Amino acid sequence: MISIDATRVRAVVRKELQDYRRKRAIVVAMIILPLIFLIEPLLVVLLGAPNPPGDPSYRGPIFLLLLIPVITPSTLAAYSVAGEREQGTLEPLLTTPIRKQEFILGKAAAVMIPTLGVSYLVFGSFLLFVRVVANPVIATGIFSERPLLLVLLLFTPLLAGWAIVVGLAVSVRAGEVRVAQQLGMIASFPPLGVVVLMGLGVIAPTVTAAVGFAALLLAIDLVALRAISGMFDRERLVTGTGASRS
Amino acid sequence: MTDEIARSTAVAVEAPLAQPALVVSDLTKRFGRRTAFSQVSFEVARGEVFGFLGPNGAGKTTTVRVLGTLIAPTSGSATVAGIPLSPKNGVEIRRRISVMPESPGLYLRLTVTENLEFFAGLYGLHRAGARIKEALEAVNLADRADDLCGGLSKGLRQRLGLARALLSDPEIMFLDEPTSGLDPVAAREVHDLVNGLRSKGVTIFLTTHRLDEAEKLCDRVAILNTTLRTVGRPAELRAQLFQSALVIRTRAPLSDPPRVFGAVKTVERWHTEEPGSYVLTVADPRVAAPEVTRALVAAGADVLSINEARHSLEDVYLELIDEDVEARQR
Repeated sequence: MISIDATRVRAVVRKELQDYRRKRAIVVAMIILPLIFLIEPLLVVLLGAPNPPGDPSYRGPIFLLLLIPVITPSTLAAYSVAGEREQGTLEPLLTTPIRKQEFILGKAAAVMIPTLGVSYLVFGSFLLFVRVVANPVIATGIFSERPLLLVLLLFTPLLAGWAIVVGLAVSVRAGEVRVAQQLGMIASFPPLGVVVLMGLGVIAPTVTAAVGFAALLLAIDLVALRAISGMFDRERLVTGTGASRS
Repeated sequence: MTDEIARSTAVAVEAPLAQPALVVSDLTKRFGRRTAFSQVSFEVARGEVFGFLGPNGAGKTTTVRVLGTLIAPTSGSATVAGIPLSPKNGVEIRRRISVMPESPGLYLRLTVTENLEFFAGLYGLHRAGARIKEALEAVNLADRADDLCGGLSKGLRQRLGLARALLSDPEIMFLDEPTSGLDPVAAREVHDLVNGLRSKGVTIFLTTHRLDEAEKLCDRVAILNTTLRTVGRPAELRAQLFQSALVIRTRAPLSDPPRVFGAVKTVERWHTEEPGSYVLTVADPRVAAPEVTRALVAAGADVLSINEARHSLEDVYLELIDEDVEARQR
């Protein structure tokens, strides 16, 4: 059993958040991307036909919002290790007593925090907009999709977790930041398949299905997080070759 | 000649040193078919400033990375700060050492203090604020504590890298070209800092290309060129590699130098470097110098100077590296 030092994890999280805050491209991306994914749901709410509750047309906007926790963290996660290497900060960091598990956990948490913050802020704003501005029939239709709202709540951290874990895995192995970001983005999409199938009605969007798939996704995320530790090789990260166990 | 040095060094290395900070034994690192360094053995005593010299590609940085637990050796063993080098001891070794790479690797969007706070957190330091202040004062950066690192000059970044290395109060500091890019005043400050650390008992493993710096700072030096060419005090290495000599300058060339120098028993050999300048190989310059002076005066020469030939560490270095180049050409 490997002990995790919370101080070191916190140090990584704090540094990452400080770094994000000062990088304009990151701040802009974290604001712009969610707003883009908010446009269609808002149009549906404003311009859509007031169908009765249970109509499939209400599912699309909700599922579209789930792209936010997938897209937002993948670029950041893919940058996290490859970026450190590219800017020459990885070697000094790896000469400290930090364990690879602490490093990975810190990096993952630092991406998760703003992702969840932005995602839930957007979801909350959307639902508030629906309640206040939308046609009452449409509002009733959207709020009647309780299993889907549960999916929104549960799947957000899990989809973000998957995107982060996959992004980190790619980042640990990739030689360049750009390659890591492209691969990380592509690899983060598969779990969305379940969501799409629910949206299309292939999988019945029930509370049981939502909780079941959430549990499965959680298990996959945890296994993947452990797997990254196995991929983390100081020698490879520093020299680009070899495989040590140190 | 070099083999003799290696043998005599091996004897010196095997001599017991009180609680060595570093013990390296037959350490080898290969990347596939390429050998970074091979069969390297040396010891570094606690509180010693140990210079690690060698040409580009000699394996210096790889040696530091191996001893800093960043990469695993292919074979051989080492003890770092009293702990055997092994994957399971990596965290404990890294807790006791600090490594400053040639490029300091700072977070340019963070301030000076934020950079140090991050590393203080990684070392789990208590009283981090006080430690950061001390480290910044030690490198004369206290007045730039709130500046973004991206706005610092290369020299200031280097100093911040040093402050970061000081932060954890390490037993051993690995400094890779610590004065690279520094102006002479800043370099002298680093030298003073290294001397101050030596007096506090910190062991310093200094990788440098600046031979004058190594000569000035290091108690002992090792010269690496994939294999270890020699280890010893600069003065010892000079004595082992070069015979003692007197350099004589006269106002006018001697009319018959073989007769003048041949009559002095303590002169083993001599040669002329330029008209009026002679280099005499002698066993003991202090014994030979008065005899040579008398012979020159008796010959009616106007003597401008008689000096003992001084070989720098650079001469030692070049002699050894040139031998390697010649050996490869053969």
